[in-house]
Amino acid sequence: MHPVLNHLKRTVCALSLLGLAFQASAQTKVDDAWVRATVPTQSASGAFMTVTADSDSKLLSVASPVAKDVQIHEMSMKNDVMTMGPVKSVELPAGKAVSFDPNGYHVMLMGLTGQLKEGDSVPLTLTVENAKGEKETVEVKAPVRALTNMGGHDHSKMH
Amino acid sequence: MTALLTRRKVLAGMGVLGLGLLAGCDTRGQLSYKYGKDLSDKILGRTFKLKNPEGETMSLSSFRGMMPMIFFGFTQCPAVCPTTLARAAQIKKLMGRDGDRLQVVFITLDPERDTPQILDAYVKAFDPSFVALYGTLEETKATAKEFDVFYEKVPAGDTYTISHTSTSYVYDSRGELRLGLSTSLTAQECTEDLLTVMEVC
Repeated sequence: MHPVLNHLKRTVCALSLLGLAFQASAQTKVDDAWVRATVPTQSASGAFMTVTADSDSKLLSVASPVAKDVQIHEMSMKNDVMTMGPVKSVELPAGKAVSFDPNGYHVMLMGLTGQLKEGDSVPLTLTVENAKGEKETVEVKAPVRALTNMGGHDHSKMH
Repeated sequence: MTALLTRRKVLAGMGVLGLGLLAGCDTRGQLSYKYGKDLSDKILGRTFKLKNPEGETMSLSSFRGMMPMIFFGFTQCPAVCPTTLARAAQIKKLMGRDGDRLQVVFITLDPERDTPQILDAYVKAFDPSFVALYGTLEETKATAKEFDVFYEKVPAGDTYTISHTSTSYVYDSRGELRLGLSTSLTAQECTEDLLTVMEVC
């Protein structure tokens, strides 16, 4: 093998190991975060993601510079009536991927400071507390997706 | 295969429609829906008068000749409302040419925050043919009551969100209430039932 290539390979290997080590130190993982785009002067929108904690924890709050007030809401459906409202926290059982999608829990960005356009990126800071009462913050950059995105599990079966 | 069946159904539907027009369009016939709820025994939405973003007064008869599909919501709704409107846009596409006769109508339950400008931009982001309607608080309340739509403000911090009925109400082209579509149905399922309505009227 070419010496330079070999060297490069080793570096990549070391870097990926470093990446793994970094990953292991984080207790809460956030995947597939996205925010729904808005039309001009619309003052609220939703943020969606999957959150997995490695030990029994709670999501206490979410903050974002794009909104004056960020709340965690729960949506439920009974007899075709959609019920919504804020919750104090969301349980994150160890190792369980908890979905924040248009069909259940979601993050409400209220009092938006401006229009959210498709392709923008929204910083979100999640505060998670484990069973020992230790708090951890997780920073996420959530891309803004089209207003028309069906999100979550796609009901359309078109894909 | 599905597309083929649908096309055949559409052709059959057009035949029946032709006969229906000749016979004066039989609205008495009981239709069987595969997914939606038959609402033909209910009388809903006959007298409402609301405004479109241009300020024109609209009622059910404004949509005569079209097949109105009416849905209640509010633009700050993060989940059900955009998902239902996105599904409506898909249904319109799945219906092909018949989709031109589907008139999606979004009635806001939040006239305090949903200005005509926001409403218009919002529904047209899903499909340029969609229409949004609004009224005063009293008119909104009366319209919801007329449709047997439940809604209530839920305090959220120093603002509020709204819980509400999420059914889509479908009328035939003569303004007869036909079908209730739940949000749990797929665009494909809704399309099949909508084409069944079209077969008659």
